[in-house]
Amino acid sequence: MWPPPSSSAPAGTRTCSAGAGFWRTRSWGQPYLQAPAGAELWVWFQDTVSDVDKAWNDLSNILSGIFCASLNFIDSTNTIIPTASFKPLGLVNVTDHRFLRYAILPREVVCTENLTPWKKLLPCSSKAGLAVLLKAERLFHSSYHSQAVHIRPICRDKSCLSLSWELRQILTVVFDSFASAQGKKDWSFLKIFSRTLTEACPLASQSKVYVDISSKTEEQELLDVSPAPLSVYEASVQGDRRTYAVYDLLNPALFNTSRNLNVLLKWKRPQDNLGLAVPVLHAQRYVSGYGLQTGEISTLVYNTHPYRAFPVLLLETVPWYLRLYIHTLTIITKGKENKPSYIHYQPAQDRKRPHLLEMLIQLPANSVTKINIQFERALLKWTEYTPDPNHGFYVSPSVLSALVPSTIAIKEEDEEIKPLFASLFPSFDGSSYFVRLYTEPLLVNLPTPDFSMPYNVICLTCTVVAVCYGSFYNLLTRTFHVEEPKRGGLAKRLANIIRKMRGVPPL
Amino acid sequence: MTSPGAELAGKADFPPSSSRLEKLVAALLWAIPARGGPKRQVALRLTGRLPWAQFQLTVPVSVVFAEGVLPKEQAQAQAQETEIPLNAKTSVVSRYDVSFRHATSQEQAFLSQTSVQEADKGLRPVEGLPVGSLAIYVIPPSSLLLPQEMGMYIGRHRSAFLRAPRGAEDVLGALNARMQQLIQAMSFTTETLVEALADRVPLGQPGAEWKRPFKSSLGYEITFSLLNPDPKAHDVHWDIEGALERYVKPLLEKLSPVAEFSVDSQILYYAALGVTPRFDAGSSSYTLSVQSLPHVINPVEARLGSSASSLYPVLNFLLYVPERLHSPLYIRGKDGAAVPTNAFHSPRWGGIMVYNVEPEAANETSLPRRVDIDMVRVMKVFLAQLRLLFGISSGPAPEGALMESPGNEGLADWELDGLLWARTVENVATVSTTLTSLAQLLDKIGNIVIKDDVALEVCRAVESAQQAMAELSQGHLGPAFQASKAAATSSERAFFDPSLLHLLYFPDDQKFAIYIPLFLPMAVPILLSLAKMLWEKKQRQKEPTKMD
Repeated sequence: MWPPPSSSAPAGTRTCSAGAGFWRTRSWGQPYLQAPAGAELWVWFQDTVSDVDKAWNDLSNILSGIFCASLNFIDSTNTIIPTASFKPLGLVNVTDHRFLRYAILPREVVCTENLTPWKKLLPCSSKAGLAVLLKAERLFHSSYHSQAVHIRPICRDKSCLSLSWELRQILTVVFDSFASAQGKKDWSFLKIFSRTLTEACPLASQSKVYVDISSKTEEQELLDVSPAPLSVYEASVQGDRRTYAVYDLLNPALFNTSRNLNVLLKWKRPQDNLGLAVPVLHAQRYVSGYGLQTGEISTLVYNTHPYRAFPVLLLETVPWYLRLYIHTLTIITKGKENKPSYIHYQPAQDRKRPHLLEMLIQLPANSVTKINIQFERALLKWTEYTPDPNHGFYVSPSVLSALVPSTIAIKEEDEEIKPLFASLFPSFDGSSYFVRLYTEPLLVNLPTPDFSMPYNVICLTCTVVAVCYGSFYNLLTRTFHVEEPKRGGLAKRLANIIRKMRGVPPL
Repeated sequence: MTSPGAELAGKADFPPSSSRLEKLVAALLWAIPARGGPKRQVALRLTGRLPWAQFQLTVPVSVVFAEGVLPKEQAQAQAQETEIPLNAKTSVVSRYDVSFRHATSQEQAFLSQTSVQEADKGLRPVEGLPVGSLAIYVIPPSSLLLPQEMGMYIGRHRSAFLRAPRGAEDVLGALNARMQQLIQAMSFTTETLVEALADRVPLGQPGAEWKRPFKSSLGYEITFSLLNPDPKAHDVHWDIEGALERYVKPLLEKLSPVAEFSVDSQILYYAALGVTPRFDAGSSSYTLSVQSLPHVINPVEARLGSSASSLYPVLNFLLYVPERLHSPLYIRGKDGAAVPTNAFHSPRWGGIMVYNVEPEAANETSLPRRVDIDMVRVMKVFLAQLRLLFGISSGPAPEGALMESPGNEGLADWELDGLLWARTVENVATVSTTLTSLAQLLDKIGNIVIKDDVALEVCRAVESAQQAMAELSQGHLGPAFQASKAAATSSERAFFDPSLLHLLYFPDDQKFAIYIPLFLPMAVPILLSLAKMLWEKKQRQKEPTKMD
C-alpha cells in the first residue's frame, strides 16, 4: 500500500496530514499533535536524491493517489523550503535545507474518502482493535478532525546496525458532547462512536485506552469513570500534571466482567465553568484593512507564562498574489518594538513561488506580541481564478514552533516503556517541551472581475453591429421610386366638385 | 488493422505516395518547422485508414548434418515461405531461411557423445547464437544421443537435435515436415501470433486463451501478498526475500530484455475472500467452486493497495491462508475434483494460491499457531502462473520430442525468443492502433495544434516501427524488438501528450452559440427581404392573369 521508501521515492522523513476544522487552542488547550486546516505535506529527502523537485512532485502525486487527497495540486507556487522551522525526524543526518520541501493546501477538506485509505494502513485495518471505533459517520460529526501519517527511519534494535521505517498514524477528533447531548457532558464510547471495544488487534504489542481524569484540585473528585480502571498513570504533559485511567486491551482481566469495553465518564455535579487552563503559547491571526487594493495581516502571539520568556519560530507562507511589503513589518510587544533575532525572507515570484518569511521572535513573559505586515492584492489573469472566486483565496496557516518552558518539572519518559508519551510529548532537559502550533488559515478577497462581462460585451456589440447592418442592408437593397399620388381621397373629390362648379379644371 | 494516412489541412494537393505510412511521415516532416527556424505550429489532419500490415517474420535456421547422414553434397540454402492470413487486412508471412552445412570435426565430437545434455551444452557457441536464430543438428538414425523412441530434442538454448529417418533416399524431403514442426515450436506458431495480435486486430471470435497474457508494456510490477485473514489463530511467516532471490530473480533477469520489473511483497491481515466457502461433509473440508472464483478477487483487491506509484501494470500473486474455521479449503474444478495445486489465476491480473495449514494436533491448543510457509511449493505455482501470464506457454511439444527443462532460470533461450517474436509483432500493432486513434482524434478536431515535440514523437514512432518491420523481415529479432519498443514508447508519448486533450478545444457549435446575438439580428433583415422577394415574385406571376 505505502510506496516503499527505498524504491519509489527516497524520502528521508515525511509527514502528511490533513485536517478539517480548526483547533481552538485557547479553549481546548494545547493540541497533542495539531494538524493545520487543509492538507500539509513536508518531506526531507535523502541526500542521494539528485533532483529534489522532481522527486517532490512525484511523491506528492503518489500520495495524492493513495490518500485520495488533492495533494497533486502541490506545485512550485505553494512549495517552500523553510530554513529553521522543521528538523528531520528520526535517524537522518541530512541537515541541508535544500532537501526539505514543505507545502500546505489550505483549501483541501478532509473527508471519508481520505479516512478509508488511512484506515487501510493499519495492520488490522478497522476489523479489530482500537480502530473498530473509527466509524466514519461519527468521526466527521465532530468539531475537529485531523489525520496524519509520519514516516521516519529508526533503529531496528538496540545495537542500531540496521534501519527500520516507522509509520505513525495519528487521528485527532474533538467531539462536543455538550452540544450534541443536550447540555450533558457525560459521554461513553457507545454514545460517541456507537461502537464498543471487544478485543485488541492480535498483532498489537500495546493497545491501551487513556482517559484523562485529572482534576484541578486534589480534594475534589469531579468525575467518575466506569468500569473502574485497572491502573492509573500519572504523566507530565505539556507543562501540566495529568492523571490517566488506563485500559489495557491486552490485559484479559479487562474483559472478565463484561465482554466489551464501554468507557463511561460521568460528571459528579454540573459544572458551569470548567475551562481548561489557558495554554502558555497560543496565537491568532486575521486580515485587516478595507478596499480591494491593500490590506494587512496581523498575527497575535500570546505568552501566558507568568515569569519565563522564550523564543518562538514563526513561519509564514503567503501566496504570490498578495504582494508583501516587507518594510512594513512591525513586531510590537508591550508597546515596544521587538527585533527578531533571526529573519529569513524570500520574496515571491509571480506565478512561480510564494513569499516565505521565517522569524525567531523572543516572547517576554506574560505578553502579547503583534506582528503586522501590509500587502497589496495582485490582479490575476482570468484563467487563474478558482471556480468560486468570490469565496476568496486562502492563505495557508502560519506555523509556530517553540520550546515552551514548563511550569513544573517534567518527568522524562522512557521511549522503550512508554513510546506513546515519549514521542507525543518530548521534553528537553526536563524543563521545557516542544510545541508546534498552526494559526487559522486566512480568507482574502481579491479584486474579482465580472466573469460574464465578455459575453455581455459580445451580446451588446453584436446587437449594435446587427442593427447597423440591418439599416445598411435595407439602404443598399431597397429600390426607391417616386410614388404617384392616388386619385382617391375625400378632400380631393370635394375640391374637384367645387372646381367643377366654378368651371376650373380639376386637380 | 488500419493505419493512419495523413494529409495536411488546407493543403489538399499533397504529393501522393504509395505507402500510407510514408505519407504520414512526410506529412509530419512537413509539419515540423525547419529546425531552429521560427516556431510554427501547423495543424495536421490525418485522414483515411488504409489496410496495411504485412508482417514478414524471418527465422534464420542453420541445419547441421552430422557425419554419415547425408551421403553427398546435395543440400543448398533454401527459404520456405508460408503465409498466415489473420484477417482480411492483416497477414503474416513467416519465412524460414534455412542453410545447410556439414558438422565440423569439433561439432562431430560433441555429436558422437552419449549425453544429449552435454552435447547441447558443448555445441553452444561461446557467445551464443544471435537472438531469434536457431540451429538444428541432424543426427544419424542409429545415434545414441536420444532414446530410440524419441525423434527430436529441444535444448535449453537455441539448438535442437533431429534424428534422420532410417533408410530414406531423400533425407531432406523426409525431414522437411518434422523440421518445420520443430522450427515452429521453437519460434512462433499461428496461435502465438494470433494471441499477440488479438487485442489490436479484430480477428473474429477470440478464444478465452487469448486474453491470458499481459499486454506488452515497458515494465511490470510484481507484488507478492500473503493474506492472513485470521491472525488470532495463525501466526504466518514466509521467507519471501529468500524465495525471491532464489526463484524469481533468475527468471526476471532472463526476462530483463523484455521489460523492467520491480518486485515487492506485503502481508495483509484480516483480508478475507469475498466468497464464503461451502462445507463439504464428505471430505470434511471446505470448497470453492470454479463458478465462485470470479467473485473472490474484488473484495481482496481493495486491500491490496494502489498501484499509484507507477504506470506499469501490476501482477498480483496472493497466497491465502484460510481462516481456522474454514480450513482445509480446496478449489474444485468443473469436474468436482480438487485442483492439485489448489491455485488459480486470473487473466491479466495475477494468481491466487490457497495454502492450507496442517491440521493441528489434538494436544496443541495455544493460539496463535506458528505457521512457516513452504516457499518451494508456493513459488513453483507462482512461477508457473508468471510464465502463463507472460504468455510463455511452451505449448504441447511436437510428437516424439524430448524437451529439456529450462533449468534454474526457468526460461529457455528459445522460449525467450518466442516471447520476443510475439511482443515485437504486438508492439508494432499497438503503434499502429495508437497512431490510428490519434489520426481519428485529429480528424475530429480540425484545428487541434500539433506541437513540434508531438510531431517529432510521431515521426520517431513511425520510423522505429518501419525499422522494426525491416529488421523482422531480415531475421534480426533483437534489434527489431528494441525498435518496436522505441516505437511503442514514442507513440504512447505522442498520444498522451497533454496538449492533445480534446477538451482543450471548443467544439464549433459552442463558438456559434456565442455569436448567436450577432447572427440572429443580422439574419432578420436578410430573411425578411427574402420573404419579400418571394412575395413579389408571386405577385408578378399573378399580375399577367389579372391583366387578362
